[in-house]
Amino acid sequence: MGSQVLLIEDEPNIIEAITFILSRDGWQVRSHSGGHDAMEVVRARRPDLIILDVMLPGRSGFDLLADIRGDADLAQTPVLMLTARGQRKDREMAERSGASMFMTKPFSNAEMLEAVRSLAARK
Amino acid sequence: MSEDAPGRRAEFVARGTYRRRRLIDAAGLLPILGALLFLVPLLWVGAQEGAAPRTSHVLLYLFAVWALLVVLSALVSRGLGASGDVAAREDAGPDDMDTASPDTGDDAPPARRG
Amino acid sequence: MATFTLLVLVCVAYVVLLFGVAFAADRAARRGRGAWLRSPLVYTLSLSIYCTAWTFYGAVGFAARSGLEYVTIYLGPTLVMIGWWWTLRKMVRVGRSQRITSVADMISSRYGKSNTLAVCVTILAVIGATPYIALQLQSVTLSFAAFTPAGPSLQARSEQSIAIYVALGLTLFTILFGTRNLDANERHHGVVIAIALEAVVKLFALLAVGVFVVWGLEGGIAQTLARIDASPIAEFTVTPSRWTALTLLSATAFLCLPRMFQVMVVENEDESHLRTAAWAFPLYLMLISLFVVPIAAVGLDLMPAGTNPDLFVLKLPLLAGQDGLAILSFLGGFSSATSMVIVAAIALSTMVSNHIVMPIWLRATGGAAMMSGDVRHVALLARRLSIGAVVFLGYLYFRMSGGGTALAAIGLIAFAGVAQFLPALMGGLVWRGATRLGALAGLSVGFAFWLYCLLLPSFGAGVILPVRVMEAGLFGQSWLRPYAMFWTGGMDPLVHAVMWSMLLNCAAFCAVSLFTFPRPVERLQGAQFVNVFDHSQRPGSWTGGLGQSEDLLIMSQRILGAAEAQELFARAARRQGLSGYLPEPSPEFLEFLERRLSGSVGAATAHAMVSQIVGRATVSVEDLLAVADETAQIMEYSNRLEAKSTEQARTARQLRVVNEKLTQLSVQKDGFLSQVSHELRTPMTSIRAFSEILLGGDLTPEQLQKYASIIHAESLRLTRLLDDLLDLSVLESGQVVLNVQSGTLAQVLDRAISGAVGGAAGSLNIRRDAASEAVLLQTDIDRLAQVFINLIANARKYCDAAHPVLDIRAERDSTTLTVDFVDNGTGIPIEDEALIFEKFSRLGETRAPGAGLGLAICREIMHRLGGSVAYLPGQGGAAFRVTLPLAPLEPGGGNDLVTKGGLRSVR
Repeated sequence: MGSQVLLIEDEPNIIEAITFILSRDGWQVRSHSGGHDAMEVVRARRPDLIILDVMLPGRSGFDLLADIRGDADLAQTPVLMLTARGQRKDREMAERSGASMFMTKPFSNAEMLEAVRSLAARK
Repeated sequence: MSEDAPGRRAEFVARGTYRRRRLIDAAGLLPILGALLFLVPLLWVGAQEGAAPRTSHVLLYLFAVWALLVVLSALVSRGLGASGDVAAREDAGPDDMDTASPDTGDDAPPARRG
Repeated sequence: MATFTLLVLVCVAYVVLLFGVAFAADRAARRGRGAWLRSPLVYTLSLSIYCTAWTFYGAVGFAARSGLEYVTIYLGPTLVMIGWWWTLRKMVRVGRSQRITSVADMISSRYGKSNTLAVCVTILAVIGATPYIALQLQSVTLSFAAFTPAGPSLQARSEQSIAIYVALGLTLFTILFGTRNLDANERHHGVVIAIALEAVVKLFALLAVGVFVVWGLEGGIAQTLARIDASPIAEFTVTPSRWTALTLLSATAFLCLPRMFQVMVVENEDESHLRTAAWAFPLYLMLISLFVVPIAAVGLDLMPAGTNPDLFVLKLPLLAGQDGLAILSFLGGFSSATSMVIVAAIALSTMVSNHIVMPIWLRATGGAAMMSGDVRHVALLARRLSIGAVVFLGYLYFRMSGGGTALAAIGLIAFAGVAQFLPALMGGLVWRGATRLGALAGLSVGFAFWLYCLLLPSFGAGVILPVRVMEAGLFGQSWLRPYAMFWTGGMDPLVHAVMWSMLLNCAAFCAVSLFTFPRPVERLQGAQFVNVFDHSQRPGSWTGGLGQSEDLLIMSQRILGAAEAQELFARAARRQGLSGYLPEPSPEFLEFLERRLSGSVGAATAHAMVSQIVGRATVSVEDLLAVADETAQIMEYSNRLEAKSTEQARTARQLRVVNEKLTQLSVQKDGFLSQVSHELRTPMTSIRAFSEILLGGDLTPEQLQKYASIIHAESLRLTRLLDDLLDLSVLESGQVVLNVQSGTLAQVLDRAISGAVGGAAGSLNIRRDAASEAVLLQTDIDRLAQVFINLIANARKYCDAAHPVLDIRAERDSTTLTVDFVDNGTGIPIEDEALIFEKFSRLGETRAPGAGLGLAICREIMHRLGGSVAYLPGQGGAAFRVTLPLAPLEPGGGNDLVTKGGLRSVR
């Protein structure tokens, strides 16, 4: 398929895991670990799908999502939100901010793959 | 002329209260009336040409006025006593200070105003 | 002579009767019987001491000389009585509520319990009353003389001895029944009932003589009127000014005379008695004046020329051979004289002892006597001596004046003298603005004019005032002539003196009051007096707490007597919910006590005594507030409302604060839980993901190796996190047990460095100063090492310099050791400095392993060790300072819930 996935996450081991899972399925995975400059990366890469962690150093994932939804070019890009806090508050917040899907860490690899596939298909 | 504090005075009061107020007015007017009546004989001095008023006449007049004042004063005082029994009792208080306490003595404050 | 002997016998019998009645009444009152003693009728009759011998004998003489003019003396009081609602009621109410003991006490109380005023009033009253008492003595001797046809020598001798006996008898009676109780407010039942009896006797006697004259001598009313018309006083020739002035003067005197004040206010049992007296006393006055003119007219007609008209009442029955009636008449006159002297002596002695003797005695003994001496005894003695002195003074005056006719005029002169009290007395009752200085000024001016224009000239030109002064005026100034002040000649001397003295008295009183400022006590008392019907009648001036109840009790015992004082104190204590004899010296109690004492020794003295013990002589700011303006009560009330609403606001604010704290705590708890969740889930995510990858198989050996080590590292991270959380929770709950050991700083640092960097120091270059580390520590070495490990590990993790260097510097003073950890990195931004010690506050974008609990744990540990850890800004890099007391640490945490090291991090 060759669709490009942008992973914005600050935990190196989690980046490694997701990259491995999706690459094996044929996705082209790029990752970024900062919050501040993430928006520039998103604009530059124009990914087909974004996986976004809520807790990023420097900037909240929700803020970033709001920016993405506010950008006309990126508004339709599917975003999968990841959070380790696992509170209902976060899920509601994600839905309000326009996340396409919301997942709580830890997740199963199959779940993750399934989610990415369905989101990409939706587009 | 009323002993009520200003600002607390109702425009229209019960008949009993009204009567009491007029009695208080009367109590105030009585000495003035008495003083005027007692001064009347002075007007007779020199009123008649050449003749001073007779002592006996003035005597009868003065004692008649005196008796009248006694009767009026009795009426007013009794009226004040009868219609103001509650107030009078509250005013008077117990006689013996020994039975009075610092806070509930015969000098206990009347109902506070304010 | 037979009549004279009989007279003496009757007289003695009458006196015995009076003593008996007084004694019986006193006993009945003390046994709680005799409610009739307190009847309005007795009160009314006791007021009749207004009618003295001057009335009984003098009124007829007055009428014989000037016709109907005498009646003004009774018209004035009549007007005052029927107008009781406006004046007497207030005076009685104030008198009762403030426990006033005399007219001097009343004026002194009103003007801030000023003893100066009390002394002035007392002196004036004594000066005014002395001739009057002399007049009574004279009348008694004259009436005795009327029965003795003996020669002048015998008459003179007997007159003197009669006067002496009468004076002694009166003194004895007054002391016996007038000083039975020290508290002037305790009614003198014996005295009052004796006076009431005498009132009946004198009225009955005068009416009997009148009836005898009208129907016995003249044969009826018509004939009597005809007799009057034919007499020298047939014409009504009064001058309007005298008529008016005398009416006003008698009204004034009725209010101001000390003896009137005594029976009207001090001896008043019940305010409602005024209602009866309002008509009954005018009736009494009317009846007693009724036959005066007929008796005078008939006397003038029947008696030989030159007969003293003052004695017509006595001489007419004698002339007609009615000895019985004459004796009755004599008893009437005797009653009039004695009752006046008795009450005047009581009133004046109270004033003299309370306002002159006691203050002097208290001052002389320096207030010490009030604790050690028997004040009660002294006060009673002072009063008894004063009674003797007052009567003796009257007797002396009688002897010196020679009992001449000059005394006849003294009644009105005395009236004019006491009338000077009126502006201060009445002004003080109706005008809040009246001040002490105003009252003093008014009294002095009025008194000076009375003295100069009336009293001194009354002795006759050349006796006291030189003839020159009488005719040409003082210093030859014609406008200072005693009978023609300010060139107002041609007036009746009495009218002239009354007019000027009262006018200038009022003027001085008002003017000085307007221009002076009252002291706080004055303002307070002013409000109490003027608004007596609206206000709580507390003279209020104590804020207690300083007073010593025991001292107060000791003092009160001296004055009230031991049993009564103890009973009083015990009752007050019970009322306050205390047992025993000592109540709290609350303001209410002090006020009450002061008032109770003032009944015995006068307001000014009582105030002085209590202030001496309580240690406070002036009023407080609260009192001033209470007086502040229009109504003290309203202000107090609104103050209380305000206080209440302030309190409510305070409670609401406290609730709000607590609520905010709770909300914050809840938010913090949520935040903490969500952080913990995050910190736990993050490593678990990696572990789960790589486990599944491993399970999926199909991996290169390198991948296998790598992913397995990731799983291992992340599970270590999880363990560390859980350790840290438990550690922190133990530290924060204070349930940590410290394991105190000794060791040098160098040893601790060695351990820490090896723990933090492991075998390989890596890139971090640690520089130490061995000399400064030779410090022996007595503390929990393990915990301290944990803190150091954390700080060194932080430097290793976060120092971003190309060649990271960590300087460890130790320094000590006498009490504390400081160890600084300074690296050469970029340090921590100022805005984050406050955050770094918070839980889960990892800074920077580069994530190093660690849950962010390290510094929070360090802070807790150092807190437990009695020291601190703080970020040290301005060192070029990140710098932390650990401060530790050098004193050996007490093994902390008494509670062994957590054994040492059991849950300790193994880091």
